[in-house]
Amino acid sequence: MSLLNASGCLDALVAPEVAKTLDGFVTKTITPLPREGNAPPRIAETAHGMLNAIGLANPGRERFLADHLPRMRELGLPLWISVGGFCASDYAETCAALSDVQGEVEAIELNLSCPNVDEAADSAAEIVAACRTATSLPLFAKLSAAHPDVGEVARAVAHAGADGLSLVNTLRGLQLDRVTHAPMLARGSGGLSGPSLKPVALHAVHACYAATHLPIVGMGGVASAQDVIDMVACGAAHVAFGTALFADPYAVKRVREELAVVSFDDIFASAHAVTKPRVFAA
Amino acid sequence: MPRRERLSVVGVERVGEYALLRLVRGAIDPGLPGQFFMLEAPGRVLPRPLSLCLAPSSELHFLVDPIGPGTTALAELERGDAIHVYGPLGNGYDLTVPRPLLVGGGIGMAPLPYLAEALRFPPAILGFRTERHAEAAVLMPGAEVVVDPVFVTDVLPHGYDVLACGPEPMLQAMPAGAQLAWEAPMACGYGACYGCAVAIGGELKRLCVEGPVLVAA
Ligand SMILES: Cc1cc2nc3c(=O)[nH]c(=O)nc-3n(C[C@H](O)[C@H](O)[C@H](O)COP(=O)(O)OP(=O)(O)OC[C@H]3O[C@@H](n4cnc5c(N)ncnc54)[C@H](O)[C@@H]3O)c2cc1C
Ligand SMILES: Cc1cc2nc3c(=O)[nH]c(=O)nc-3n(C[C@H](O)[C@H](O)[C@H](O)COP(=O)(O)O)c2cc1C
Ligand code: FES
Repeated sequence: MSLLNASGCLDALVAPEVAKTLDGFVTKTITPLPREGNAPPRIAETAHGMLNAIGLANPGRERFLADHLPRMRELGLPLWISVGGFCASDYAETCAALSDVQGEVEAIELNLSCPNVDEAADSAAEIVAACRTATSLPLFAKLSAAHPDVGEVARAVAHAGADGLSLVNTLRGLQLDRVTHAPMLARGSGGLSGPSLKPVALHAVHACYAATHLPIVGMGGVASAQDVIDMVACGAAHVAFGTALFADPYAVKRVREELAVVSFDDIFASAHAVTKPRVFAA
Repeated sequence: MPRRERLSVVGVERVGEYALLRLVRGAIDPGLPGQFFMLEAPGRVLPRPLSLCLAPSSELHFLVDPIGPGTTALAELERGDAIHVYGPLGNGYDLTVPRPLLVGGGIGMAPLPYLAEALRFPPAILGFRTERHAEAAVLMPGAEVVVDPVFVTDVLPHGYDVLACGPEPMLQAMPAGAQLAWEAPMACGYGACYGCAVAIGGELKRLCVEGPVLVAA
């Protein structure tokens, strides 16, 4: 089992000492062209989580490959590249470009839950299918839990050739200023992450594991050893930390120490028990 | 190099409308004036950015304006409580200026006592909303103090290297070349979230990485 960061929640080049606590580093989502991101304010705390509307700020594919990737290589960590886009060919072209530097990449995470991408089951599957023809690198499809049947989406992307799943991305939410009652974020809505996302994430991991038995990177509100154990019990093979890294850059190191005494093989085996309908309804 | 440690609360003192939070320093480096720390706000998901106000031996002091849930939780800490602190973070003031003048507006005076100490007590001007807020000027002995409707900009002399912190309209009114400490909502304080982006030189950049102290164009 690997402990990773969630995409967009750590800059390994700015905080290499934090990245080195991870078993692998997941990049912020890379799009074909550079993106400056949304106007500020972009973040707001909620009762038990936070909203963000960063807007996929990233240097774009060319500069990422020429400048960022070589410097990330120097960290000596397995690299997971998060790939985004606005149509299937956007994703496939980045996957093809990453295949040229195969040896430097552990896996590709396809961010299929960005704001401007249709989240219908066939669209996610189309993107995965296009990427499958473009690369032999492991493809993890990152899904949102907003779909009424996330297991069905998981089955569709598995059928299209995904090697694994990353679950979950944020859910859209709105936070109002206490005084003006205007939205706190310039964009209006934002993605909800942190502790309030955890039950949603556990359900998605559980349902998608039952539906596909693919390896899953579980994320959503993970901050403690108990959260990691819960994710693995629901079927996650790996676990990622997002919002928790903002409050505690060394959350992964702390949790790893807490987990030193836990047998993950036992927990993962019990994931089969979890998928029995009498224990949990999917 | 920033460190994260759980620090005990020595005490919280009222200073006018603000609270002076005194923490045991632990092994944390107080850093340069204008740098900031992320403080765990009890009961909140995200920590809150605060500038270091003073660093007497073996302590770290923060001046807190309780304006919302996070800062209120910090102002309500009591002796014996403990919170996680991460820092020092960001870029502080450049201290190598020949004629420093410190300018603070409201809670923006927070980093100035530590800065004044480092610069051997240069001239300073502080502006406040009310007489009660102005009581915080006790932390800056010798500073000239103005209260609304007089603004610091009304009494700002020429020919100095301005180092300032305060509300945005005050910072906007400072002369070119001034070193200004800006604010933005921050989730992480160390470049991880891209939440603190502000327009710097016409581009959206992370204030916690590029700043919070920036030189006025
Ligand atoms: C580098 C830096 C240094 C700072 N130093 C200090 C300090 O020494 N002492 C101090 O009291 N405060 C300081 N602040 C501001 C402080 O971090 C915020 O007031 C605090 O995060 C607000 O949290 P809250 O939960 O109390 O209120 P919230 O509910 O988050 O906010 C209350 C109101 O303030 C607004 N607001 C929230 N965060 C900010 C912000 N960062 N800037 C401007 N408006 C905001 C909100 O929109 C809302 O209207 C600093 C901020 C930064 C970025
Ligand atoms: C500030 C911020 C930026 C994010 N950026 C991305 C991104 O670029 N790509 C992506 O796939 N997910 C992004 N996410 C979603 C996270 O990777 C993760 O799926 C989500 O936050 C849930 O995990 P958490 O509750 O541990 O934060 C972002 C989340 C946050 C809070
Ligand atoms: S506060 Fe997170 S990047 Fe600046």
